[in-house]
Amino acid sequence: MDMTLPAINWLSVLPTLLLSATGLLALFWDIWIKDDERSLLGWLSLTGIVATALCSWLLWGHNDVVSFSGMFALDAYALFFNLVFCLVAALTVLMSLRYLETAEIRHGEYYALILFATVGMMVMAAATDLIFIFLGLETMSIAVYVLAGIWRQHLTSHEAALKYFLLGAFASGFLLYGIALIYGATGSVQLGPIAEHVGAQGSSPLLLIGMGLLIVGFGFKVAAVPFHVWTPDVYQGSPTTVTAFMAVGVKAAAFAAFARIFLHTLGAVHADWQGILWVVAALTMTVGNITALVQHNIKRMLAYSSIAHAGYLLVAMVAGKDLGGAALLYYLVAYGLMNLGAFGVMVAVGRKGEPHEELDDYAGLGFRYPALGMAMTVFMLSLTGVPPLVGFTGKFYIFSAAVQAGYIWLAVIGVLNSAVSAYYYIRVVVNMYMRDGDAIVELPSLRSALGVAILIAAIGTVLMGVFPSASMSLAGASFLSLG
Amino acid sequence: MVSLIVFIPLLTALFLLTLNKNAVELARRTAFGASLLTFCISLGLFTGFDSETAAFQFVERYAWISEFGIEYYVGVDGISLFLVLLTTFLSPLVILSTWSSVEQRVREYLFFFLILETGMIGTFVAVDVFLFYVFWEVMLIPMYFLIGVWGGERRIYAALKFLLYTMVGSLLMLVAILYLAYLHNTQHGTLTFDLLRLYTLEIPVNAQMWLFAAFALSFAIKVPLFPFHTWLPDAHVEAPTGGSVILAGVLLKMGTYGFLRFALPLFPDAAHAAAPLIMALSVVGIVYGALVALVQPDMKKLVAYSSVSHLGFVMLGLFAFNIQGVEGALYQMLGHGLSTGALFLLVGVVYERRHTRLISEYGGLWKQLPLFASVFLITMLSSIGLPGLNGFVGEFLILLGTFQANTLVGAIAVSGVVLGAVYMLRLYQRVVFGPLTRPENAKLTDLSRRELAIFVPLIALMLLMGLYPKPFLSRMEKSVEASLARIHKTADNKSVESVESIGAVESLGRLSLDPTDPKDRKDPVDLKGAS
Repeated sequence: MDMTLPAINWLSVLPTLLLSATGLLALFWDIWIKDDERSLLGWLSLTGIVATALCSWLLWGHNDVVSFSGMFALDAYALFFNLVFCLVAALTVLMSLRYLETAEIRHGEYYALILFATVGMMVMAAATDLIFIFLGLETMSIAVYVLAGIWRQHLTSHEAALKYFLLGAFASGFLLYGIALIYGATGSVQLGPIAEHVGAQGSSPLLLIGMGLLIVGFGFKVAAVPFHVWTPDVYQGSPTTVTAFMAVGVKAAAFAAFARIFLHTLGAVHADWQGILWVVAALTMTVGNITALVQHNIKRMLAYSSIAHAGYLLVAMVAGKDLGGAALLYYLVAYGLMNLGAFGVMVAVGRKGEPHEELDDYAGLGFRYPALGMAMTVFMLSLTGVPPLVGFTGKFYIFSAAVQAGYIWLAVIGVLNSAVSAYYYIRVVVNMYMRDGDAIVELPSLRSALGVAILIAAIGTVLMGVFPSASMSLAGASFLSLG
Repeated sequence: MVSLIVFIPLLTALFLLTLNKNAVELARRTAFGASLLTFCISLGLFTGFDSETAAFQFVERYAWISEFGIEYYVGVDGISLFLVLLTTFLSPLVILSTWSSVEQRVREYLFFFLILETGMIGTFVAVDVFLFYVFWEVMLIPMYFLIGVWGGERRIYAALKFLLYTMVGSLLMLVAILYLAYLHNTQHGTLTFDLLRLYTLEIPVNAQMWLFAAFALSFAIKVPLFPFHTWLPDAHVEAPTGGSVILAGVLLKMGTYGFLRFALPLFPDAAHAAAPLIMALSVVGIVYGALVALVQPDMKKLVAYSSVSHLGFVMLGLFAFNIQGVEGALYQMLGHGLSTGALFLLVGVVYERRHTRLISEYGGLWKQLPLFASVFLITMLSSIGLPGLNGFVGEFLILLGTFQANTLVGAIAVSGVVLGAVYMLRLYQRVVFGPLTRPENAKLTDLSRRELAIFVPLIALMLLMGLYPKPFLSRMEKSVEASLARIHKTADNKSVESVESIGAVESLGRLSLDPTDPKDRKDPVDLKGAS
């Protein structure tokens, strides 16, 4: 039997290779680097991330870069997600430079793991083969399991890692089983042939079960109800920057693959899966928001809030079609900016030995540290969905997709949930401006990495909200590139 | 020009952030100057306004979010013109009042206040429904801060209640707006949020009911229509003086404006179907608000409940669906803005001196504070609708319209007028007349020159609007007629003829001195008081 090597288009994996190389470099440099120079590893990672983003940006428009016998496609969809992941990773690294000092976490493997996880995410977004998607998922997940437990001094971090690992492994099992059943039903693990088969033959019981298992698997990763129970403990126990990275990056990656498979490949049988997702979306929004209402720890509150936001994103999935897909992409960017910003403020408020994560720690902060207070207010209002911030335009996008597709009740449930969420987001603002407190904060200067990260997130939150047109058309074009 | 009026306050607010924290005086002067400038520019809208057309004037229109056909589309017509003017007129006066009423975090107060002004003006001038919604929500946040940071003891509770109430309503409206836009897409093939094009939609009657309900809930909470009023007394009592003035003077009008601009003309069938219910709720609000006001020991709470009662009148006028009623409602919106705004400022004046708002703490102020007593007198009379002052014109037209629409409702509403006179006169009597019972009150000082500068323009406008309503009504007329024509374009189209040919101006001229008018008969006291 002849073995022919598949045609490899190196251009299509260039961003991935670039980032992997940076990760390896960071890992090896860590062996020689002096202890007090370890923050250089962060800057190295940042350089790699920026280069990757730049490379992805330059590759925009080369839509024909399908490679590895159709297992990997660097289409605009993948490039869009590359940019999102690079943004998330860059902001995380910027925030980590200070956080690792205050939390006393070793730098070396940390940055390398962030980079490897990002590579996994990029593979998930670009893969056009179920097995390859699974490989990306595992690359990402294993790196993140370690990151969750990297705060060795803290028992909660160990708990987070173990919980995340066990449940994550379980979810991977579901996913793999789902892939197997879909292979059985359609005879292929590649998305193109699956789409053809589904388009021609419609659904079968085997396919239905396969899709159900995939929903379970992805549901774990995006923290959708009822697969969300790990989220609060893991998010609260992990180091804050890792929580930010998980809440935004992992979720975005899972949605990237989720949407490519369901909205695009299985789009023909939309009617078969939209019902179950409808229920999951409604439950996710409602449970996330209502549970968040009673939280006093801001990190935990943001964990529940991230569940709720997964619900909004699922609404976009249910709505489907071009508008729903574009709305999903847009909202992921919106959610990333405002959520990373909020975590950035949390990092800034924490000090060595005093994490300041309770709601009461924020009392009076707004007037004592006006810039920080204003930034947090912007993020909280944006998460609530107050115009003209990006959280509002994002929700507007999603709910208009839902209304257009005729899911008016789902949109109503969504907006009512937004109203509920106003209570707990605003409570942070209430504490910052309307109560007196005495928490002392080492304010990051604007020139510090953390300050820059918060500033980027805040400016993005405002600008993308006031002038959403450019990013909306970018999201729209990216989704359409799926063909 | 419209954009200037909208954004000067916002830009000033941003500029204030760059000022030194301790430059309080500079911040105040800058804010005052900017709001005065905004007012002066807005006067150009009044003088340049063409009262012969119902179309939007001073239009500015640019593409904003082209993916959704959303435009930055602003303009004024006869309905929004005066509400814009009311806002720009009250704002400098409120800022002037902060010299004594706000002492802490002045810069931040002014920052939020100016953003609020931008939000309010924007809400009134937006023609694009999405833009309207953005301004509508933008307005909430600064008001929330004004109450929550500078308010009284239960401020956090009041602020949160205010925010959550209004947010629940407006979010449902968002879904309804989206539905409308996509309906336009289905019917005409373009996605648009342009109100004028949405007016042309053929909306099925049962869809109208849902959509109307979503819009109406949002607006009814804002008005506030009984039984959605419970946030109002809390918000008013806890808000700082300036917040109360703007809340009563402008924010409550957002609800009635929303009905007139959106809910009624967009969904005429549903509006007609809901009219009996809403009229009933309005009448209940009128009587209930007045009765509750009657027993309030707290001046601010009294004025707050009087707002519930007065806004009930406005709603009644709107749902009479005739030109007198609607013009009266519009006029009453302005009148209420002036008189209630002034009342809250007056309460603020004595509160700053005595730090209590309990009526029983006062009494016999006329000797110590003659200027205060006279300003209070005129304001109080304007509020109860004495002929010759602004309140009369609006209330009269509303009752005229209501009696044409429904005699029973009109008759009950009149009792609200009587009750209104009772609680206001009692308030005045207990605060101003009688012997000076509290020794603390003997040391009070009368209105300062700055305070006079606040009240003189208010009083002048009350008199002008009371004595010479023509320049106001004539500018409203065409737009109100156009709006009524849309409201009467129902599915069965039966009631087109009920748009009377008698304009409100003429009917007012003919009837206002009629001694059989229930309003004139009932209060010989206030006539004496005025003379």
